[in-house]
Amino acid sequence: MDFDLNEDEAALQEGVRSFCAGRFDMETVRSLADSAGVDRGRWRELADTGVFGLRLPEADGGVGLGLTEAVLVFEELGRAVVPGPILASHLAAGLVDGALSGDRVVGLVERPAHPVLVEHLDALDALVVVDDEGLHLVEADAISGEPVGRPLDPWTPLHVVADLPAGQVIGGPEDAARWRLEGAVLAAAQLLGIAGATVELGTAYAKEREQFGKPIGTFQAVKHILADMLTRAEVARAAVYAAGVTLDDPSVGDPARAAHGAKLIAGEAGIANGKACIQVHGGMGFTWEVDAHLYLKRAFVLDTVFGSGDVHAEAMAALV
Amino acid sequence: MDLRYSAEEEAFRAELVEWLDEVLPTVGPPPGNQNDWDARRAYDTAWQRMLFDQGYAGINWPTEVGGRGASPAEHLIFLEETERRGAPYVGVMFVALLHAGPTLIAEASPEQKAAHLPAILRGDQVWCQGFSEPQAGSDLASLRTRAVRDGDEYVINGSKIWTSNAQVADYCELLVRTDPDAPKHKGISWLILPMDTPGIDIRPLRSVPGTEEFSEVFFDDVRVPVANRVGDENDGWRVAMVTFSFERGTAFVSEMLASMQLVEQLAAAAKKVTRGSGTAWDDAGLRRDIGQVAADLDALWALVKRNVTQASRTGVPGPGGSVFKLHYSEVRHRLGLLGERVFERAGLALDDVAGMGNGPHVEGLLHAISISIAAGTTQIQRNIVAERILGLPKDR
Ligand SMILES: Cc1cc2nc3c(=O)[nH]c(=O)nc-3n(C[C@H](O)[C@H](O)[C@H](O)COP(=O)(O)OP(=O)(O)OC[C@H]3O[C@@H](n4cnc5c(N)ncnc54)[C@H](O)[C@@H]3O)c2cc1C
Repeated sequence: MDFDLNEDEAALQEGVRSFCAGRFDMETVRSLADSAGVDRGRWRELADTGVFGLRLPEADGGVGLGLTEAVLVFEELGRAVVPGPILASHLAAGLVDGALSGDRVVGLVERPAHPVLVEHLDALDALVVVDDEGLHLVEADAISGEPVGRPLDPWTPLHVVADLPAGQVIGGPEDAARWRLEGAVLAAAQLLGIAGATVELGTAYAKEREQFGKPIGTFQAVKHILADMLTRAEVARAAVYAAGVTLDDPSVGDPARAAHGAKLIAGEAGIANGKACIQVHGGMGFTWEVDAHLYLKRAFVLDTVFGSGDVHAEAMAALV
Repeated sequence: MDLRYSAEEEAFRAELVEWLDEVLPTVGPPPGNQNDWDARRAYDTAWQRMLFDQGYAGINWPTEVGGRGASPAEHLIFLEETERRGAPYVGVMFVALLHAGPTLIAEASPEQKAAHLPAILRGDQVWCQGFSEPQAGSDLASLRTRAVRDGDEYVINGSKIWTSNAQVADYCELLVRTDPDAPKHKGISWLILPMDTPGIDIRPLRSVPGTEEFSEVFFDDVRVPVANRVGDENDGWRVAMVTFSFERGTAFVSEMLASMQLVEQLAAAAKKVTRGSGTAWDDAGLRRDIGQVAADLDALWALVKRNVTQASRTGVPGPGGSVFKLHYSEVRHRLGLLGERVFERAGLALDDVAGMGNGPHVEGLLHAISISIAAGTTQIQRNIVAERILGLPKDR
């Protein structure tokens, strides 16, 4: 047993982190609000780094890695608050034409939902509908939706879709179940990234901002907020990393239990840390200019993806 | 202790309710575009004018300054009924009615009172609060905006930040440093600044909900008559404490009552939102958490009744205001998260989707985040409770 990242894993993490720092810096990310969260050029760069094909066999043009590694990649994408249907296109790679290469932007939506809200519709080429029966592929131009005027997260635009076309069946119930489990773990990884990034942002500010003649991090009230944030992030990290490994190798645990727990814990950590990061910033935290709100808003979005906290808590309760 | 309302108080309620039922249907909804500040001002001040014409303006202000001089019980009834019936919120009149005005009543000269209080009551004067500075937030007493005496004027240089409603304000309650050599609390003065004075530059700041909620305000040789000072020179910190006791103690009460409506709407929504084969209301965990927030808000309302009756005896609310603000902030954070649990995906939209009524809850979620920061952060309120109420030693 060794819970440390091995050399390859550490290199992958480092590689994605520096890719994001270079190609999805905050300024770029912020500018994507004008194009439904997606820039086609950058999208292909994501594909080229292997984000979408990460878990496809090399023979099929993928990278041939597992969920263990995908978790590390999605944590970094979450940390950088990279917008767009990255999780959907990752799940769809190999199954939907063009998803792997990034030539087509593929989204997903879950059913049943009342109402059905589709993310990034204006940027999509195709949409995978996930329900108990399986996976259904719908061409984006066959979907008509009513745009939501003010989405909570401006980088995740939404359309209310009253009638989803039936689409083409591309997977059965087991595929849908697998997507739900893997999707929950990868959304949890993004939430973990958010939880970690807010610890760093808040800590840096607490060291630099002075009140009463000293850095605000001197005050125990501020220290304790940040220590709680770190605790939430580290607990979430352990749960999410373990879930990735468990889904790859069910001999080490119950994949369902690991996925439900990870999504629940990481969702709480992302949201609570987003709020705490704003609180540490005082008035600055309530401005558009400071990045804290981007993390919090995305955390709210991701918490609803593949089951919100209540859904996973209920699922856990059924397993204990 | 006696929580009954007397026959006269019930008569006051009946008369108020009759009037509200008559006029509220004629008052349209607030402007849809929250960055249309002229429309917001027009809407909020028009409602104040209607209250004034009916004799309800300054409900608890003394009659000498044009208020109604209502008893604490009548004040509470007024708050309760206007909220319950969905009367417009004070809006841009917040500072004038809820803390600058009350500070003037307690501290200003007869001339200053005459110049401002009647106009505020009529809805003709909008005020903003120029206290915080980029380097002086929690440590407000370290503020640096300078006022230098030049004959019978002060010349002001410096800047303020987070000034809510600055775009539409006629006056500003301004804290300035009049003695840079004195200990930080001893060199501050409280001034009435007309916002049309030359040398003021207002730059709106975008806030987390996307609105231009507050501004940065710059002062370049801004001249203010010495006669506009409230209280003695260098005694402004004490005057500011009076402002704070109103701001923390009573200013959030109508918001808190409005939160009760939010809880009721949330419960109603939960009974309609589909969850599995039933509704969200079938979820016992969620239902209990909604019940808990309702209990907290009821308790806060009881606390307000206590604070208001106490304040009516002392004139100025005590540090109990911090207790109220602390718990209110905490409850609003919880209520915000509950909204997300009930609405799930629809909780990702600030506008109503599919007639679910999610909009006000998602707006409320973002607003809650500011409540634990504005008017003194939660950490500072805890320090106040610990040090001023419990008498624990200071670490600063
Ligand atoms: C929506 C909104 C509207 C506002 N409107 C106005 C207005 O109209 N007029 C006005 O003058 N101001 C206004 N403010 C400003 C508000 O009063 C300040 O933001 C607040 O006092 C905090 O100051 P700051 O922003 O400088 O944060 P800082 O003081 O820098 O605080 C940063 C963090 O450090 C913590 N901290 C600081 N000192 C201590 C300590 N000693 N012990 C423990 N923790 C500490 C704080 O709790 C916070 O978490 C508004 C703020 C908001 C958010």
